[in-house]
Amino acid sequence: MATATTVGRFGPYGGAYVPETLMPALLELQQAYVELQSNSSFYAELDHLQRTYTGRPTPITYAQRLTEECGGAQIYLKREDLAHTGAHKINNALGQGLLAKRMGKERVIAETGAGQHGVATATVCALLGLECVVYMGTEDMQRQRPNVFRMRLLGAEVRGVNSGSCTLKDAINEAMRDWVANPDSYYLLGSALGPHPYPTMVRDFQSVIGHEAREQMLERTGKLPDVVVACVGGGSNAIGIFYPFLQDADVALRGVEAGGFGPQTSKHAARFAGGLPGVLQGTYSYVLQDEDGQIALTHSVSAGLDYASVGPEHAMLHDSGRASYTLATDDEALAAFQTLCRTEGIIPALESAHAVAEAIKLAPTLTADQVILVNLSGRGDKDIFTVADQLGVTI
Amino acid sequence: MSRIRATWERLQAEKRRALILYLPVGFPERESLLELVPQLVAAGADMIELGVPFSDPVAEGTTIQAATQRALRNGVSVRYCLETVRTLRERGIDVPLLLMGYLNPMLRYGLAQFCADAQRAGVDGLIFPDLPPEESDELLAASRAHGLELIQFLAPTSTEARIAHVTEHATGFIYCVAVKGVTGARDEVSAELPEFMARVRARTKTPLAVGFGISQPHHAHQVAQLADGIIVGSALINVVAQAGDVMGFVRGLREAIDAAPVNSP
Repeated sequence: MATATTVGRFGPYGGAYVPETLMPALLELQQAYVELQSNSSFYAELDHLQRTYTGRPTPITYAQRLTEECGGAQIYLKREDLAHTGAHKINNALGQGLLAKRMGKERVIAETGAGQHGVATATVCALLGLECVVYMGTEDMQRQRPNVFRMRLLGAEVRGVNSGSCTLKDAINEAMRDWVANPDSYYLLGSALGPHPYPTMVRDFQSVIGHEAREQMLERTGKLPDVVVACVGGGSNAIGIFYPFLQDADVALRGVEAGGFGPQTSKHAARFAGGLPGVLQGTYSYVLQDEDGQIALTHSVSAGLDYASVGPEHAMLHDSGRASYTLATDDEALAAFQTLCRTEGIIPALESAHAVAEAIKLAPTLTADQVILVNLSGRGDKDIFTVADQLGVTI
Repeated sequence: MSRIRATWERLQAEKRRALILYLPVGFPERESLLELVPQLVAAGADMIELGVPFSDPVAEGTTIQAATQRALRNGVSVRYCLETVRTLRERGIDVPLLLMGYLNPMLRYGLAQFCADAQRAGVDGLIFPDLPPEESDELLAASRAHGLELIQFLAPTSTEARIAHVTEHATGFIYCVAVKGVTGARDEVSAELPEFMARVRARTKTPLAVGFGISQPHHAHQVAQLADGIIVGSALINVVAQAGDVMGFVRGLREAIDAAPVNSP
């Protein structure tokens, strides 16, 4: 303990910057997660539930009409929107929920932005018989109200958070405060961020996306994709699909951040475009902040990408150049949202629409024999109110 | 000898315990501490923790959150906090002054530069609730190089191994968190506190200061029988926010502490 450990570090990023009250709970979690690695019955149970409950493996879909409309590279979609609860978030919630159960925990705390992680956690808690409290910013509760109702139907208590920007960051603050007061509870963090071991653990549970997709693409197209595209909020769906491709040097990895009103404005959540390394909510990574180190208020049309920091492994991949990061603005995401609805009969989550927007930009710059794989991380039913609002339609 | 050390030695010689008070810089108005700190000292405070406001303070309850948000709206920066310390020193305040804040604003400032400027301004110690011992090497080196004492935390949840590590490396004093939870006034002192304090006390002669949840004189009286120092923050903020009798409140704490029998070494 005398020297900073490299465990839980991604290059210089990561670590565990939390109050002392939480350190023993975090160390207990680290230990439990290490022990899990050699526990075959855990992974057998997880695998069984992924198949029989989540509906894995999720398919890949060749987006033929979208490909034709863009002209250029072929676009494939990894259909995490078809997983139970409608997003990739269930992969992590199920893994951590099973871990919580094995650790003998009875109460689960979670935060949620778009509500997808909250719904996934509420679902898993119902399945496993665990008490569930979800913190959600009041701004997000307003724009994602179908998910608030879903969580309550599933038996979770949803607590509105009315501080800061009333979004994901503030929900994480409150969840951490709850955990400080109740260190015997299990904090089921929903993205590949926060203190060690969360970035590693969440990546591992989400890597099922990339492992499946890599195999499916080889089977379907006889080769690996040229580019893998995913949206990056905290970055769990992106690291989940990127990770199994990291050693495939010919596969370009591209993360898409929320450009909001544009990176030249202050209203966005593009950490790699406007952020600097710093510490927020337990981890060292790129953070949108002002010149005095105060965390910036972010904006995105999609609640799930509206966050001032980014998972530390993405920070490392950014610096090393193994992955590149770009952004899609609110307008580009909304346009892509509608395009995918129209061309493929798929309503994507607004978060995932950012990745689709990048594929639409990228495809015409590539050739017809090249392949883009987009992680369609979630379905967009939850977003219809926001989209209607943006389009000036009353529903 | 450092101001913090000299203060403990004086208190020990007098068989008294320290009253340590926390207020955020820039609350309720930007320059309020310039008036408040001399009052706190006159009413019996032995050390002052000046809060450096941060947008996302995860260890704080609603009182300190609201106060530090207000401070941010008043335009308080790290630089201004250092300026406040310098001004207080110029005005003759000679009790130990500690800065308490979260890591990111200091990282943005630059840790080495921050420690150098803090020393120059007259700061004696630093307290960072989001910096556990595992992550504190860099700041520990920078603070030592500039004669600042980096205060470490222990909590009721701390294991024996963590208590052993922190007590072995502690400087200034150890900040013992009285409760499982965030800062904020509470009705009662935690029933776990005596057992926790005994576990820490068994391992060290370093002064132990207890904070979180101490809001009433009778709490202070109770905790003073277990600790070398009593830290009060949120309750003081509430008095300031209601434009109450700040000096009367501090005197009440002082008397309650001084009236407590001395049980600690």
